[in-house]
Amino acid sequence: MLSIKNLHASIEDKPILRGLDLEVKAGEVHAIMGPNGSGKSTLSYVLAGKPDYEVTDGSATLEGEDLLALEADERAIRGLFLAFQYPLEIPGVATMTFLKTALNAQRRARGEDELPTPAFMKLVREKADGLGISTDMLKRGLNVGFSGGEKKRNEVLQMALLEPKLCVLDETDSGLDIDALKIVSEGVNALRAKNRGFVVITHYQRLLDHIRPDIVHVMAKGRIVRTGGPELAHELEAQGYAAYAADAA
Amino acid sequence: MPAVQETVARVRAIDVDQYKYGFVTDIESDLAEKGLSEDTVRFISMKKCEPEWMLEWRLEAYRRWRTMTEPNWARVDYPPIDYEDLYYYAAPKGTKSGPQTLADVDPELLRTYEKLGIPLVEQEILAGVEQRRVAVDAVFDSVSVATTFKEELSKAGVIFCPISEAIREHPELVKKYLGSVVPTSDNFFATLNSAVFSDGSFVYVPKGVRCPMELSTYFRINEKNTGQFERTLIIADEGAYVSYLEGCTAPMRDENQLHAAVVELVALDDAEIKYSTVQNWYPGDAEGKGGIYNFVTKRGDCRGKNSKISWTQVETGSAITWKYPSCVLRGDGSRGEFYSIAISNGRQQVDSGTKMIHLGKNTTSKIISKGISAGKSQNTYRGLVSAHRKATNARNFTNCDSLLIGHDCGAHTVPYLEAKTSTAVFEHEATTSKISEDQMFYCQQRGLSEEEAVALIVNGFVKDVLQQLPMEFAVEAQKLISISLEGSVG
Repeated sequence: MLSIKNLHASIEDKPILRGLDLEVKAGEVHAIMGPNGSGKSTLSYVLAGKPDYEVTDGSATLEGEDLLALEADERAIRGLFLAFQYPLEIPGVATMTFLKTALNAQRRARGEDELPTPAFMKLVREKADGLGISTDMLKRGLNVGFSGGEKKRNEVLQMALLEPKLCVLDETDSGLDIDALKIVSEGVNALRAKNRGFVVITHYQRLLDHIRPDIVHVMAKGRIVRTGGPELAHELEAQGYAAYAADAA
Repeated sequence: MPAVQETVARVRAIDVDQYKYGFVTDIESDLAEKGLSEDTVRFISMKKCEPEWMLEWRLEAYRRWRTMTEPNWARVDYPPIDYEDLYYYAAPKGTKSGPQTLADVDPELLRTYEKLGIPLVEQEILAGVEQRRVAVDAVFDSVSVATTFKEELSKAGVIFCPISEAIREHPELVKKYLGSVVPTSDNFFATLNSAVFSDGSFVYVPKGVRCPMELSTYFRINEKNTGQFERTLIIADEGAYVSYLEGCTAPMRDENQLHAAVVELVALDDAEIKYSTVQNWYPGDAEGKGGIYNFVTKRGDCRGKNSKISWTQVETGSAITWKYPSCVLRGDGSRGEFYSIAISNGRQQVDSGTKMIHLGKNTTSKIISKGISAGKSQNTYRGLVSAHRKATNARNFTNCDSLLIGHDCGAHTVPYLEAKTSTAVFEHEATTSKISEDQMFYCQQRGLSEEEAVALIVNGFVKDVLQQLPMEFAVEAQKLISISLEGSVG
């Protein structure tokens, strides 16, 4: 479903991704681990189409379609979802309003009817309950004054609502205590499906105890340097990134 | 290209096409001779069939105006106005200055208001609203062309009519209150208005009466090279309540047009006046050609105990805005509020804010101002909060936020605070922010287009003020905000 070949990308002329290859099939969960500065977050931003990042070489396709030719919103509409490491605050825009605007924007773009408010409310309540998100939280300004855990649950709620084809999770475990980590992971696991792919970016193995990956990659110096099964994550946990970091320097 | 950069590029491309009220009504007009003299003043007074005392009042103002100079302290820049090159009176031919029934109104005029989305038919209601009725006074250039629901209002004792009619029919009220809030000598533009004002609305709500419906006036400038000098006077007698809304539009013309209005509000003991404005005069084109000069004096006098005056404004139009709706908090325990959304795009210049003048004891005021600048516009908030030495326990809260879209616009905040009593407590909060590229990216990552993302963020930014508008107008205002910023996002 996601096919990345020899991807090179820079920010302000500084190369970050240097020939990255990755193939994710529908139904698979891929974990990408690596030391700080290896380019993990950059990969997520480049996939999602964040301005400022310049792709200098290579390709990335989602279900055969050239992602790099599309604007950020067009990629979202094609089914690419990025769960942000630091979700943004938008004061004065109720979380509920944001969810509705996003869902309807996607439906409209796909030529579907907008969801009427009662049906939408019901859908949100259903998804929010599972994530322990209160009605009060939905009424508050988007991410404004949310705790780290609330922000991440809110990301998963958006993911659940928008039903993307490919979910990219950028350090979703950062800033979470163990209880929040469980809730968030359960939310993600509930979304695992045959027709959906996941790229889970994390620094620590602990997230992968909750979201079990099919394949684990190690990233360093802007490319995938090792690929293995879930046992690779444990090995990294035991030995650290020293070998890769030294290499990266 | 980063999102906001692109936004900026598109702001640059803003086009007058977005101003959808820019059509001209083809109608013959009665014009006064160009230029301003005592004769012009007499002509206007005669056209309005005014009594002698009104003419004298005007002439006094005119003579004073001749001795005054145009103020230049506002942060706006425009070529000198040639006051001799303007028409001071324009009326659609055939309109008598007297009141008329809807059946008498030129169908061309009715179509104009229909195009503007303003129903001059009593059974109708504003878009999307049920069961609420709004009485409308429609002012076209210098005359009021129709006022709806007059009869029904008069049953409640409410007087709602063109001010020219009030001068003839209710001289005792007009004499008592006209100029009592904004004296003829107040400032250059107010004095000019006092000399040549042509029409506007008059409202009187008697003691203890809650006005049974929203009142509104729609101002339309049509004629070329014509100044519109509207004069509005609203009086809420003891314990009365009234909510009033004005809307403004004008055709697209290459020449600048002058609009110098005066609005006076008087609230007696325990009375409340809520005054809302949706100002969408033609702003000029992308290069700053044409557009309305909006030099307006609006002031409310909380004359009675525990009275309340609240100004809410959504300012999206005009080439230049010079406007400070103010409250004089004279009565003990009175309250003044000012809620403002001022949007500038293209080459618009806005210098707007409020004055809260605390004279009575235990008076309170609140100012919420949201300025949004895009394009190459300049947007200044200028506000005065003052407490007289007898204004024991005066309280003010001011929140003044500016939002910038792009890199070529400016936002400025100029607060003046004067407390002559140690018991006064003034709070002032101000922020300036930009729509960040990260916020834009976040919204777009969820599937919102650039345009939708900006509209969403801006609507969040102005929410506190939108909530103050009567519901049906809030919806209109929200749409207007999106339209005004359309240029900034493509």
